[in-house]
Amino acid sequence: MKQFTSNPFYKFILFPVGQIVAFAVGASLVLSLLTVLLAYIFRANITDFDLVERVLLILPQVVINGLTIGFVYSTIALGYTMVYGVLEFINFSHSEIFMVGGIVGVELMAYFDHTGALQTMNQYVVIALAIILGMIISGSLAVTVERIAYKPLRGAPRLVPLISAIGMSFFLQDAVRLILSLTTGEFNVILPQFGTFDKFLVLAVPGIEAPLRFQIKNLLLVGVAVLMLVGLNYLVNGTKIGKAIRAVAQDRPSASLMGINVNMIISVTFLIGGALGGAAGVLFALKATKLDPFVGFFPGLKAFTAAVLGGIGNLTGALLGGLILGLLESFSASYLSTFTSGAFGAEYKDIFAFAILILVLILRPSGLLGQTVGQKA
Amino acid sequence: MNKRLLALLSVLVVASMVLAACGAPAATEAPAATEAPAMTEAPAATEAPASGPAAGSMGTIKIATQSPLSGGQSLLGVAIKQGAELALEQLGGDLAAMGYDVQLAPYDDQATPDVGVANAKNIVADSAILCGVGHLNSGVMIPSSEEYHTAGLAFVSPANTNPVVTTRGYLEVNRIVGRDDVQAPAAEEYAFKTLGAKSVFIIHDKTAYGQGVAEFFRTAAEEDGITVVDFVGTEETANFDAIIAPLVAAAPDVVFFAGIYNQAGVFFKQAREAGFEGTFLGTDGMDSSDLADLAGTALTTGGGMAYTTVAGPASAYPSAAQFVEDYTAKFGAAPEAYASQGYDAMGVCLAAIKAAAEAAGGTPTRNQVALAIRALSYEGLTSTIAFDEIGDLPLAKYFIIKVNATSKDTWGTNEIIDSFDLPSPGK
Repeated sequence: MKQFTSNPFYKFILFPVGQIVAFAVGASLVLSLLTVLLAYIFRANITDFDLVERVLLILPQVVINGLTIGFVYSTIALGYTMVYGVLEFINFSHSEIFMVGGIVGVELMAYFDHTGALQTMNQYVVIALAIILGMIISGSLAVTVERIAYKPLRGAPRLVPLISAIGMSFFLQDAVRLILSLTTGEFNVILPQFGTFDKFLVLAVPGIEAPLRFQIKNLLLVGVAVLMLVGLNYLVNGTKIGKAIRAVAQDRPSASLMGINVNMIISVTFLIGGALGGAAGVLFALKATKLDPFVGFFPGLKAFTAAVLGGIGNLTGALLGGLILGLLESFSASYLSTFTSGAFGAEYKDIFAFAILILVLILRPSGLLGQTVGQKA
Repeated sequence: MNKRLLALLSVLVVASMVLAACGAPAATEAPAATEAPAMTEAPAATEAPASGPAAGSMGTIKIATQSPLSGGQSLLGVAIKQGAELALEQLGGDLAAMGYDVQLAPYDDQATPDVGVANAKNIVADSAILCGVGHLNSGVMIPSSEEYHTAGLAFVSPANTNPVVTTRGYLEVNRIVGRDDVQAPAAEEYAFKTLGAKSVFIIHDKTAYGQGVAEFFRTAAEEDGITVVDFVGTEETANFDAIIAPLVAAAPDVVFFAGIYNQAGVFFKQAREAGFEGTFLGTDGMDSSDLADLAGTALTTGGGMAYTTVAGPASAYPSAAQFVEDYTAKFGAAPEAYASQGYDAMGVCLAAIKAAAEAAGGTPTRNQVALAIRALSYEGLTSTIAFDEIGDLPLAKYFIIKVNATSKDTWGTNEIIDSFDLPSPGK
């Protein structure tokens, strides 16, 4: 990539976008081919229907679903991996930062709905406002959590801040639950119905029986996620702050000696990670339409796994890990029952996805990109 | 430095634990603490004849309710509690006249088995509690009732439909609604005969209730020769894409969702958006106006949505008109499903305690109350309530309801397509 480094357009736009597209297309192709191959192998065993035909029928939709949720995982995973890169500790309260972002976003839309402004406003403006507010609140919450729960423990053994993070996670869940249920006892927040982003763009591709259906909000989700990823790449690799973050990640004492304000940089890392988590929360809320204070747990856990799969501490790895995990989950949920003639349903999707994950980690303990790329954070 | 750090650490850990622990109990206990005093039956006390014993002179009797008062299923849980509260206010006069101070002790089980059992331990430990109304969820009722059984405390269930609730044959466990091994086949019959379904996709929520209903439905469907496209259990509450993709491709006539509205509503919306055109079918867990807020127009487009229930809308019961009026006046909203069942369950408790107190000539024991419940014939809002030897109604009512609502406010426009009385299958 040496020849690109001089040109910022290549370095900060074309290269990261190309990388994302390559990962998405590559991972989708590999998994699709594997599945079709398996379908051919097991074709003879199933007599009720043609397995290959059944698999191909929904394949494009399965890929789209997997990529959509994969981008959400990637965006959350970046928060885990950035903090790990700088502090070498796993911030388990990140899943709650994600949840808070989503709830704040939905509450903002519910407020607009309450004042009657929601139906008259441009839907994209509403979503943009919700994402921005979610990012601000989540980012500042992450910084606050770091100041209160992690900073005093910075010299302590590595398990100590981990426990503190788990405690913080429970605390945030119940605090949000308490706040939401103050008035009615009901702690669910439901996305108000507005706009046209629930609609589908139907794309009939010649040769494929079932038309492809892109839901506008899924495209929106992928679009915003890609924007975030490109922005983050620029921030980390193209700015002074990013240089400082990388310096702190590589060698904290030396960075401090070079005049970098380490505490400030750590706060900035939490701010960025939290803001990304908040944005992912709002995007997830658009898709899920209903949130509660415990909704962050599973996406958070999976995003953490994605970060480990990709090689924790590595930004590109988090992106790749999120996409792969999303695809794996979508494939296993959609096809398990077809391949096993109903013996295993979609409820076993996580077992299957995680079994593959463990296999990958046995073969590559440091994650997919853990060693090949030296750059951290 | 090290000591300071250690001290700070321990303070932090303790604080976070205390605060984390506080969240749940604060919400659980708050209703009990704040509402119990309001329940002390001021009007009943004044109605007591001057010649009788003074109110409260014979001691305090408490009747517990346990249902989800917070969380995703609280709409139904609160309806049970409020129905019981109204019943105590209106029907508690007899016991007050006998000199008892009758109080309501509401508990929040959060629709979670652990919380229900923990509350059950507290309930049985309170010797003033002689009878209970609850729960909403069979999966919570079954483990909690082991505690009630051990302590000999009678509970009247306003909503639990899983057969196991009563088939264990506990004297203390009664229910005033029908059972899933009747309800699910009734739903299947509707799908087969009325809708003419040839294929069905079954999805359940992995709880005792949901999985039970789903399996009864599957058995009935297979007997009728309906193709079961898939049988899926999921705890997912947000993103159903992975289940929906094969569902849309298979395009079954009916999707049968065995679970509770807060999960089903999201699923229905996403499935309809993804292009499913058939009919959604469910059981009594769907019976909440929140379903319409979650799913919106998904309920009325395509093949629409229908559900069976063991608790018809209050309008289905001729004698409930006054109840609807009183309930709306007291709580400012029309009764949700199970409110009238909550009212009746409380009525059964009160009548049994009264009968037992009269027979014993003083405050009855828990066992006397449990026996009195089984001996009772009580004229309730929903039916004449008398229990068989395992605590079921010999003949229970079932309804099939078609949803016309697309938002919370229009939930009342749903129509009863059919209703029938079916006998309990027994043990």
